[in-house]
Amino acid sequence: MANKIFRVNMTDLSTSIEDVPAVWAGHGGRGLTSTIVAAEVPPTCHPLGVNNKLVFAPGLLSGTPAANSGRLSCGAKSPLTGTIKESNSGGSSAQLLAKCGCKALIIEGQPKDDAWYSLAVTPDGVTINKEKEVVGKGNFEATKILGERLGVKQGIIIIGTAGEMKMRSANISVKDPDGNLRSGGRGGLGAVMGSKRVKFISIDPKDGKVEIADMEKFKEANKKFAKSLIDNPISQALATYGTNVLVNIINEAGGLPTRNFTSGQFAGHEQISGETMHDLIQERGGKVKHNCHQGCVIQCSQIYNDVNKKYKTSGFEYESIWALGADCAIDNLDIIAEADSLLDDIGIDSIETAVAIGVAMEAGVLEFGDGKGLLRILKEEVAKGTALGRVIGGGAGDVGRAFGVTRVPVVKNQAIPAYDPRAIKGIGITYATSTQGADHTMGYTIATNVLGVGGSLDPLSKEGQVELSRNLQIATAAIDSTGMCLFIAFAALDDATCLPALIDLINARFGLALTGDDVTNLGKSILKTEHAFNLAAGFTNQDDRLPEFFSMEPLPPHNVVWDFSGEEIDTFWDF
Amino acid sequence: MQVTVKLFAFFREGRFKEEEREYPEATTVSDVVEGLGIDLDKVGITMINSRHCKFETLLQEGDNLAIFPVIGGG
Repeated sequence: MANKIFRVNMTDLSTSIEDVPAVWAGHGGRGLTSTIVAAEVPPTCHPLGVNNKLVFAPGLLSGTPAANSGRLSCGAKSPLTGTIKESNSGGSSAQLLAKCGCKALIIEGQPKDDAWYSLAVTPDGVTINKEKEVVGKGNFEATKILGERLGVKQGIIIIGTAGEMKMRSANISVKDPDGNLRSGGRGGLGAVMGSKRVKFISIDPKDGKVEIADMEKFKEANKKFAKSLIDNPISQALATYGTNVLVNIINEAGGLPTRNFTSGQFAGHEQISGETMHDLIQERGGKVKHNCHQGCVIQCSQIYNDVNKKYKTSGFEYESIWALGADCAIDNLDIIAEADSLLDDIGIDSIETAVAIGVAMEAGVLEFGDGKGLLRILKEEVAKGTALGRVIGGGAGDVGRAFGVTRVPVVKNQAIPAYDPRAIKGIGITYATSTQGADHTMGYTIATNVLGVGGSLDPLSKEGQVELSRNLQIATAAIDSTGMCLFIAFAALDDATCLPALIDLINARFGLALTGDDVTNLGKSILKTEHAFNLAAGFTNQDDRLPEFFSMEPLPPHNVVWDFSGEEIDTFWDF
Repeated sequence: MQVTVKLFAFFREGRFKEEEREYPEATTVSDVVEGLGIDLDKVGITMINSRHCKFETLLQEGDNLAIFPVIGGG
């Protein structure tokens, strides 16, 4: 199946299949979504207007047997940040889209009427259908109905009611092999999909397959690559404790933002930790390891059951647990799991929404630690789209503005996740300079600042942090283009066989002879493309700053402030 | 001297979460780790009083020592 661009115009309800322009040919995943958005979306457009475009792209290796290659990138101009945005997710759809011969799916325009639509992708192209049955339904009910209508094997990409209401924190969810949901959470891309009036996209590759230029070389490289992942001790710990193993370590390091970023340690850390979660999962007959897409050998996901041993949630991540837990001062894992499930059903980012509620707690809308109040707000306000629900659904920045709160942890209006930049300074550089607002995954300095992966660098010192964040942001942009899960980076940073095997996989897939330098240059060019879009949208270096309170309020227990000057931060872009 | 030792993830299996323990003067981090029957190769990071430390660092009265296996997340 040849790689093609599938284009859908929602203004005149037309579709087309196009050849891939030569300048897009070497791109996949994030590199491709950002290249297309930069080429076709006017940077100053309204993100929810007719001129924005929503682009889905499987990675360069998605749809092949390469281990961990099932990430789907989704890009657009973000309604939350106003910047370019790429959010990626597990689930089955990246592999299925690639098998349809779809290198990218571009959704543009906007219907003139109030109807809702669905898109059906096959190797023959895209068809547009009117949709009524699942409109207004939460993600769980909608995907169940669609499973019955279309068969369980089809891929589903869907928005919940948050996306229908165009909330700026709405996410896009992707069905995983077990029928559960994974989400491209950050930046409100679900609102962009809602603005196009597309409720869901189904994907049926029929007998489509991804061609591999040199199968023997590919198999050999995949064996080495998978071995490097499986042998890595961090992969093994992820399969046992999930990402939530971080609660205790980040708390110990004094960088676990607590009670809306007023402390770096949470008294209830043990109750919400990965160790406690592991024991509860085992007691209740859940699964400590689970893969979010076929071919994942790390298996950081899990099945978390409630106290009655019934399924409650999966993909129960550290950042969500931190945000609903420490940041809101809630120390009950079952309440956090219930909230995580509600957020998945509503289709809204668990980081942004929980940080927004932390700000609302500071404003006195509810008390810190009020788990029942948090669940009520999600069910009665956010899910129903009341005035308060829409303010919270607009993200932490909107809550701060609505209630006059000054301690609002956002960069470019996107909530800062689970690592306080005062106590872990490298991640502060990533938050400040990321092309997409505060996002730990853009350049995960926690690896080197805290975990001792890829060397070690004192988290409390300014020394070397800009360079660390820059190198990681460049590498991440490249990895995000391959379809690989970012967790391959733990092996890539410390195992010399991992990255060469990954490059061999790409070369064998396409019949190329790329080197490590080519991959680094790809990462650099993606960052520059994204940065140029933001500058054209009106951003300046003054937007690459953390909120004022971080430099004024010392964070216990280390009692440190954010002390980088603007000039120091700006050296990030010297490459 | 008294040192509080905290263990995490699978280091807790068959040991403890947190204990006040008595050690002689001039005890190093690696002395504590090996004394608990933990293989040094399995240790990811160690912290004294929430700051990263080395195996050869000497412990002081009242220190809080945290010992983690090689772990990651994010």
